[in-house]
Parts: sequence; structure tokens; C-alpha cells
Amino acid sequence: MGKIIKSVVCPICGCLCDDLEITVENNEIVKMKNGCAVCEAKMVHGYKSEERILEPHIRKNGKLVPVSMDEAICKAAQILTDAKYPLLFGWTSSSSETQHVGVELAEELGGALDNCCSVCHGPSVMAIQEIGIPTATLGQIRHRADLIVYWACDPWSSHPRHVERYTAFTEGRFEKSEFKGYVQKLKAQASQKKVALTMRRTQVRYQQADSQAATVEAPPQSLIRAGRKMVVFDVRKTMTADVADYFVKVEPNKDYEIFGAMRCLALDQELDVDVVGGVPVEYLREIVNVMVNAEFGAIFFGLGLTQSVGRFRNVEIAIALTRDLNRKTKFVVSPMRGHFNVTGANTVFAWQTGYPFALDFSQGYPQYNPGEFTANDLLRRGDNDATLVISADPGAHFPKSSVKNMLKHPLITINPDWNAISRLGDVVFPAQWCGIEQAGTAYRMDSIAISLKKVVEAPKGVPTDEEIIRQILEKVRVIKAQKTEKVEKLDDFGNKNIAGGN
Amino acid sequence: MTEILIKNGFVFDPTNKIDGQKMDIAIKDGRIVKKVNECNAQIIDASGLTVMAGGVDLHSHIAGSEVNLGRMLRPDDHVKDAVRKTALTRSGTGYSIPSTYVTGYRYSKMGYTSVMNPSMAAMKAKHAHEELNDIPLIDKASFTLLGDWWFALENIAKDDLDECARHIAWMIRATRSYAIKIVNPGGLESWGFGRNVHSLDDQVPNFGLTPRDIIKGLAKVNTMLNMPHTIHLHTNNLGIPGNYKTTIETMQALESFYKGDKPVGHITHIQFSSFAGDNWAHFKSGAAEIANYLNAHNHMTIDIGQVTFADTTTMTADGPFEFSLYELGGHNKWVNSDVETEASGGIIPFEFKRKNAVNAIQWSIGLELSLMVKDPWKVFMTTDHPNGGPFYHYPRVFAWLYSRKAREATLKNCNKKAQKKSLLPTLDREYTLYELAIITRAGTAKALGLKDKGHLGIGAEADVAIYDINPETTDIAQNYKPVRRAFGNAIYTIKDGEIVVKDKEIVAVRPGRTIWLDVQTKEPCRIDDELKSKFKKYWTIEFDNYPVTDHYIKVPEKIGIKASV
Repeated sequence: MGKIIKSVVCPICGCLCDDLEITVENNEIVKMKNGCAVCEAKMVHGYKSEERILEPHIRKNGKLVPVSMDEAICKAAQILTDAKYPLLFGWTSSSSETQHVGVELAEELGGALDNCCSVCHGPSVMAIQEIGIPTATLGQIRHRADLIVYWACDPWSSHPRHVERYTAFTEGRFEKSEFKGYVQKLKAQASQKKVALTMRRTQVRYQQADSQAATVEAPPQSLIRAGRKMVVFDVRKTMTADVADYFVKVEPNKDYEIFGAMRCLALDQELDVDVVGGVPVEYLREIVNVMVNAEFGAIFFGLGLTQSVGRFRNVEIAIALTRDLNRKTKFVVSPMRGHFNVTGANTVFAWQTGYPFALDFSQGYPQYNPGEFTANDLLRRGDNDATLVISADPGAHFPKSSVKNMLKHPLITINPDWNAISRLGDVVFPAQWCGIEQAGTAYRMDSIAISLKKVVEAPKGVPTDEEIIRQILEKVRVIKAQKTEKVEKLDDFGNKNIAGGN
Repeated sequence: MTEILIKNGFVFDPTNKIDGQKMDIAIKDGRIVKKVNECNAQIIDASGLTVMAGGVDLHSHIAGSEVNLGRMLRPDDHVKDAVRKTALTRSGTGYSIPSTYVTGYRYSKMGYTSVMNPSMAAMKAKHAHEELNDIPLIDKASFTLLGDWWFALENIAKDDLDECARHIAWMIRATRSYAIKIVNPGGLESWGFGRNVHSLDDQVPNFGLTPRDIIKGLAKVNTMLNMPHTIHLHTNNLGIPGNYKTTIETMQALESFYKGDKPVGHITHIQFSSFAGDNWAHFKSGAAEIANYLNAHNHMTIDIGQVTFADTTTMTADGPFEFSLYELGGHNKWVNSDVETEASGGIIPFEFKRKNAVNAIQWSIGLELSLMVKDPWKVFMTTDHPNGGPFYHYPRVFAWLYSRKAREATLKNCNKKAQKKSLLPTLDREYTLYELAIITRAGTAKALGLKDKGHLGIGAEADVAIYDINPETTDIAQNYKPVRRAFGNAIYTIKDGEIVVKDKEIVAVRPGRTIWLDVQTKEPCRIDDELKSKFKKYWTIEFDNYPVTDHYIKVPEKIGIKASV
């Protein structure tokens, strides 16, 4: 019989569900209860991947060959100290303990430090720096929210338990779950589908039906009932939209306009146009009325806002709308953070340096400038001359121009498995799976610290990424000390003793 | 361990009634001892210098989720105050909310060695402790926000204080905290639906009790648990004109708990709760009323929350207050952060200006209170960092207190209307160094129940600050500037018997301890399935994952407390 471990935390998305029940047999996870499909894919199957890196590698004559840990650490430290301006990127799937040492390493090297936030919710952070944010922990929303708005995100696919644990389908103290209503709706839809199918068979008019479905429907009556309501704004009908009471199809890149129109309506202004961003103003007016009449409303937004035209201005106006609504009722807004510890990366960087991402230590003190010190901007300009990637895969997700420049210079990677970037590395470290083989702290999307658990032992010889970073840091200090010694000797004996300095 | 002998300093140690006498202080193994062997000891020649115990700050927001959100919010604040890395110290930034390392260094340079972090949402305790670990050189402790915790509210409403006490004891242990913090009792819960409470007798929606019940209930619980500190109270109606009445009512509500020995309540940053006048246009000081009350009663202590005229960042668990501040207009950034079943929070960057009538009167109120409350053991110096101003502005506040000349110089540049309304010209009192030592270390340590801190008696922790002030040759009230400078830059700071600041520079870095209470009730809090299921209902974290584990505290100092329930 296997050992059952309760209250295990899922190290995948920003939800950090902590109610998993894991069955471990022979140091292997065989069963997982309570988690979502994504969780199952990683915790039961994915982490055992055959693509696992089991020992450090160094590229010699163009080929990656296995080496000892000491050799790899020395090589990595040498690369980083030799570099004039190294970039340390990633961190979001590491524990905050690792991130903590990471800041120290970046400071010691005088390099750039950035996390994956710069390609996801970096614009959200910038928007918050512009105007602040009225937000709440997820439990507050669970207990009180009677209106949930998902904007440009699809939690049903990306954060599968978000709706069930924190918003519409959860039992709160003051608001009840809408799960039963959803099941009824599903049943009704199933019979509707049957009817539609028969109709289609007889009339064969799919195209018309499709084009009709593409326009925005009028807000349904169910939006004015008591109890929890869920509204989804997106450019396409997502799975979350299927669950929602009302789906508003937004024209791509028109979010800013729609928010603007909604702000006007919330502040009792008149609009001289009939349609904004593909949505009739009268519908928007009804939605705003629902928002104003809500006891407690919550807006969650995703990368559809931060990575489309407008970027941080989209988020800024979403926050501005929330602020306006707070004059009439209670409203909160929150980004749907992706990686399980991206919030942690922002948090840890901020308490040590004051800044959440896009950091530079080249002057000996922390500087912050998104657009200058963000990983992609640095790489595309070709500013850095060495890169360390930890717990991230820019090889698969960065633009070609960035990766090309990255590969012009030495690349060190620290990842558990052979992902795209590991295969491209010059020094490749193995690492434990944080949250499965390694304990640590992660910050949920509402910045609640939760302790990740260690449930199985890592393969022999595979260290934690924290250990690797720590060892590199120590080695870097040793090399730097030797260098200064060398310089001092030069001062003592003049220039002729250059070779003898070592 | 090294032995240190501080020779010939003018020692100010109010706990032991030492008022500027020339004497030697001997240190061995991190404690003050009677004497050391002069041959082995490191000798510090303190002749002509002032020697005090290390400063003890009882209210300063230095770590935690709220503080860090404030940091993240304000790159504009950091860019003007960058701190370079040295061989010994880490880099960082200021200004109003310094990064963790810089916080430790700056406190230490002022001769402070212990700081209380007064506002920690229980759910975010791990975060707070992670940050506290990164603040070197000072000892720290945190106060948990318990005034709007559902478990507490329900038990108080049921009048089951024993059960309430057991739950709170569990919570103090689970969050590794030091005291019960109450912020706008009932108001934070109401804020969950965007409302607030406006008097001690308003009903808290959905819970069937009033702020008065919460304050009295928790004050009782505090005595039942034998906590070293009193309840730490941020009053209702904070920041609203006319609120001094609520403050006095709050103090009156606690009168009956006083047994004649030690205070039963502490009102924090009382300057923000001492406003008179019906609205902002008729805003004036309520300091006289508050001071009169305090002079006539002994059951309360206060800290002032002095305004220092800085471009700072206000942050408090009082979410509704920050919203009303935002509503006043002129603020571009507003953060609200509610915490489920426990608390809320808000942040607004704020610049206190001399030329603004309200701000200038607020500045005046803080000083009026400090000067009008006769007994310095009742009133302590804080700026409610970073709310009134950053903590490293303390020397400015000292100067306003010990020098009439200093405060007149500032008042002269204040708003004309505020000048007319200020009571400061009528106040001649000037603090002595002895009194300053009370309001910055001896008194605060006493109020916190930290017996080994805040004084230099035998057996005390060897936390010492040495300042370049010669009380024999200097008239501090007249020459306030050099003295102010001296208070900002200690010649020596000694932490646990190790010299960490020498000649105004950091010379050693060591981690500070995190002090927490292990409160043991006679009958422990029942952790059964019922509680666990309730837990699951109330929070979005599992019971097992909630408490702060030892992993989160680098250098703990556990204080065992036996409760009387």
C-alpha cells in the first residue's frame, strides 16, 4: 500500500490549490486526488519524464557531455564572472528561497535580473505602479462576491480550479455556490443541442447559424437575479464563457475602448456612439448596471489585456473602472497570475530591492526600468554577454531574435528536464522539481505565502536549484577575490609580474 | 565572546533611574555585567558621549505583505534613494519604505536595536517572517491583526471568552507573533461589503456585536492570556475630524479593566485619532482633551505617530480609512487589499506639506500630545513609519521635543492658519535626554513587557547606543542641530555585545532575532474535525498549511507564556 499525503500544494499555476491528496508508492506518485487535469499531468505523469536531466553537462566541441557537479559549478561561475553584463532570467517556477539567493547573485555579479513576469503580467505590475489596485485575497471573493467578471482570460483551461475553489462554484459565508444552476444549465443546453442538431439536419443552414452566434447576444435575464453571476469578456468563446451567465465577445484589441465606455456609463455619462469594440452600448449599460448593483464584484483579467494593444494601459483602465465602481459599491480587481511562483518572484525581488522585476545591478545599486532591463529588450539589443536561465524555457517562448542573441554568448541553464533552452545551453544543470521533490515557499496569485511540500525523493545526485545558485554564488565570490588579489599584486610589483600573479 | 567596557560615558538609563551620571558599562557574552577584566576587554572611551540602551521602537511597519505592496507600488520613491552595495552590506533602496536590508542598517545607525512590526495579517504571516529574516541587526516582533477575525468575533458575540482566548493563543503561536493588534474594530469586517462603523456602538453587520464589545472582549482575553504587552489599538474613526471623542470613549471603555498595576491598553499613532472640529474646514487639534484624560488616568499608554513633513507612503490595515483618504482627492495611487476572514488593508502615497493647514495641524497635534501628557512613561515616540514619515526622521522629532527653538523654527514655516490654531507657542516644556530615553527605549520596552531591553541594568541584553552628545557642555535646546545630527548617526551601536556600528558606519552585520510568544493555555484549543471543517469553510488554505513553521524564522526567540485559562 502506498503512503497517502494530505494537504499537498500543487506547483503549477497561480491558484496554488493546497488540498491535494497524493498517494506515493516506492518513491513514486501513483495517484492524486482533488487536483485538476493539469495537476495530474504534471504531478502524476510529467515529473517522471524520460527527458529528465540527471547530471550536469557542459558543451565541449559543440556537444553536451556529462561532467561532475564541481566542474559545472566552476565553469558557470567562470562564465558569469568573466561576463561584463550577465542576465539572470526565469525564477518563476522556483521557490522563493531560491529567488532570494538569486537576487544576491545578481547583485554580486552586477548583472541584470528579470523574471517571467516581464512576458506575462509585467504590464499589470506597471499599471499598479501607475494607479494602485483595489484587490482582495481569493477567500474574500469566495465569501462575498456576487458578481465575477473574467476578462481576457480562460481559467477553465489555464487555472482549472479557480472557478471551483475561489469564485462562482464555491460555497462562501455570504454567497452560495452556483454549481447546481450550472448543472441545470448544462442539462438544458444538452437538450437544446439535440433540437438544434435535428434542425440542422432538416434545414442545413450552418453558416447562418454560425454568423449569428458570432454577434454579441443581449444580456440574459439571469443577470438581474440574486446570487452569484459570472460574466466573461473575451475575443473568442472560451470554455469559461460556456460556464458563464453571460459572454461578451470583444473585438480584438478593443478592450481599452470598452473599459472607457464602461467607465463613462458607471459615472453616469452619455455616449454618442451605438457600438464600442463590437459591443452595443445598451448592452454595456446593462452590464454596468449589474456591476453597480452588485454587493461585491470582482474582475479577474488575464494576458489578453497585458499582451494586446494597449498593454499596461489596458490594465490601468480596468483598475480605474474598479476604482470608479468602488464609489458606488464594493469592487476588486485581480490579475490571473500564471506560473505558481511568479507572484513570489515579484515579492522577493521587491523586498530586497524595492522593485518587482526588470532589475539592473550594474551600478552597484538596484535600478528598475521595464523596456530597458526586461529580458527580451536586453537580448534583442544584444546588451548582455552571458545568460543564466533558471526554471523557465525562453527557448520555447521567446522571439527568435532574442534567442539568437542569447546564443551568441555563453548560456547556463538550470531546469529539471530537457526543455528547449536546456538543449541549447553551454552549461546545463539538473534540478529538482520544486513542490514535488523539493520543499519551499510559493506565493499564490493574491500574494499569500504557502509552503510547498516534498512528496518524493529526487533522483540521486540531482540537487535543488537553490543549492546550485548558492554554490555558484560562493564560487563567484572566490573567483572575484582571486581577481582582486591579482590586481593588488600587480600594484605591488608593477606590470611585469602579470603571469606570476596567479 | 568579546568583552567590552564602555568607559566614562554619560549614561541615561531611566529604568534604573540613572540620569546622565558618568559611569562605565561592562558587557560580556551579550549581556550587561557588573564588571569585566579590563585587560581582556575591548575598551570604548565614551568620555564626553551619551550612552543609552539600544532604541526600542514599538510601532513601525517594516515588513509584511502590506509594506511590500507599498514598495512595489512606488518605484518613484526608490529612484531618489538608492543604496550601494559594499563589501559588508547589501544594496537596496529607500525612501519612505526602505528595502529590508536598508531598513536594518538605518535603524542600527540611529542606535535602535529592537523594532516591533505592528500589523501582520495572520494569513500573511509567513510572508512577514520571511521579510523579517532579511532585516539584519535588529530584533523584531510582529503583532497579529485579530480585531476582525471571525473566530474572535463569533466567540465574543457568544460571550464565550474562554474559547476566544484559546483560539487567540493558538493564533499567536501559529503566526509566531507577540501581541494582539486591533485595527478599527468592526470596521474592517464591514469594509468587506464596502461599509464602515462610525462609533463604538454601531452594529457590525452579520455578527451581532459592536466595536465596544470587540475592544472589551479582547482586552479581557489579553489579561486572561497574561500577554506581556497590552492590546495594541488603532481606534475607530481614525483620520476623521472630531474623532478625539471616539478615542476618549475607547479609553473610557477600558477603565474598568485597570487594577492599579499596569496599563490595559495602548492606543497607537494617536495623533491620527486626536482630531477636533466638525469637518476638514474647521479642523483643529483635540490634543488638549486627550492629554487631560491621560493625565487623569493611568490605564492607557499611547504612541504619537508624529508627522515629519515628508513625501511618504501611508499604509494601514484600516482599508476603509485609506478609501476615505482616496476619496478626499488628489491621490493617484490607491491600493486596497482585503484579507479573507481577518482584515483589510490600504496604501496611498501621501505628501505631508507644511503649507497645508491640515497637515501642519497634524504635525502640531503630535508634538502637543507629547508635551502635554506629563508622564513620559505613558507617551512614546513613533512616526508610525512610514505613515507620518520614515523612521530615520526620528531625530527631527526628538529635536522638536527637546528644543522649543527647533519647533518654533518649523512652526514659523507652516501654514498661517495652522500657526494660529497651534497650541505649541503656549508649551514651554522641553524634553530632557532622560525623558527622551524614556520615550524611545525605557518606556517602550516597559510597555512591551520586554524586561531585558531598553535599559542597562545588570543582566540586560547588551544593546547599547552611544551618541556624540555631551550633556555637560552642550545646551541641547539651544544647539539642537548638532544634537539632532548626533541622534541620527550613533558613534557606536552595540547589538548583543557585538559592535555593529562604529564611527557612524556599519562594521558588522548579524541577523536579529524574531521574538514570539508561545502562549500555553491550561486547556489547549481543541483541534478536532469540527474546527478543521470550519477552517476549511472560512479560509482558502488548509488547516495543515496555515501555521508558520520553524523554517520561516531564522533566529527565533521564543518566550513561554502561561495563560490563566
